Amino acid sequence: MTPAQISQIAFYFFAALAILGAILMVTVRNVVHSAIFLVTSLLATAGIFLTLGAQFLFAVQVILYVGGIMVLFIFVIMLVNLDVALHQVQFNRQKWVALLLTIAMGGQLGLAIWFARTQGTLDIPTGRAGGLSPQNVEQFGLALFEKYALPFEIASVLLLVAMIGAVVMTKRRI
Amino acid sequence: MVPIGHYLFVSLALFIIGVIGVVTRRNVIIILMSIELILNAVNINLVAFSHHWASVDGQIFSLFIITDAAAEAAIGLGIIIAFFKNRETLLADEMDLLKW
Repeated sequence: MTPAQISQIAFYFFAALAILGAILMVTVRNVVHSAIFLVTSLLATAGIFLTLGAQFLFAVQVILYVGGIMVLFIFVIMLVNLDVALHQVQFNRQKWVALLLTIAMGGQLGLAIWFARTQGTLDIPTGRAGGLSPQNVEQFGLALFEKYALPFEIASVLLLVAMIGAVVMTKRRI
Repeated sequence: MVPIGHYLFVSLALFIIGVIGVVTRRNVIIILMSIELILNAVNINLVAFSHHWASVDGQIFSLFIITDAAAEAAIGLGIIIAFFKNRETLLADEMDLLKW
């Protein structure tokens, strides 16, 4: 098998895993199981990033999402877990209407992508010849600290605000 | 070579599943996790187009979205803990303090 075929098979495997994990996440009853299925889905997404040649984002996804955010989620689930919550109704009253409308919206978006594909507007060959550079981290760092230096600083302010907000929010008395 | 449309369909499927989770579940923690799933679906789109156009810009946007997701998770879980201390519930339809 050529490397291109291996990457193709890897993409379809990870895509199936991500969608399966997502479906189980929204349907399963127990919140802890739900969190575990979300971890599966996020790791599969990290695999898709790897097949797309985004090695740095793969590492960020595994460390930050799976290692950081999900641990935070599971920590909060353990903190507020109620045994009564397991025996309550898990879906709200308007679930059928909501499901129908969401599927209608998905059908619209899917049709839009389908028509764009059949009319060929989606596969315009652009960009540099040879695709992305294999030195992904180097390219990423150069772009992040030269072209996108200001958004990077604004993101750090956002993180500071979020940190202060989280501390204030969980204080006993403000 | 996987066509770009397949990435878009995977992303669309994850997005729609996330929206279904937001609008049908009652547990607030699962609603927050569904929002994480939606943001993740957007990231797949951005990275796929970054690959398609051989430019690293899409990956940078994706990194900013991951930063946003981290900030949003921290604030959201803080709100959940503060609310749980007051009302002892996690169900979204019982959170009606501001409802008229």
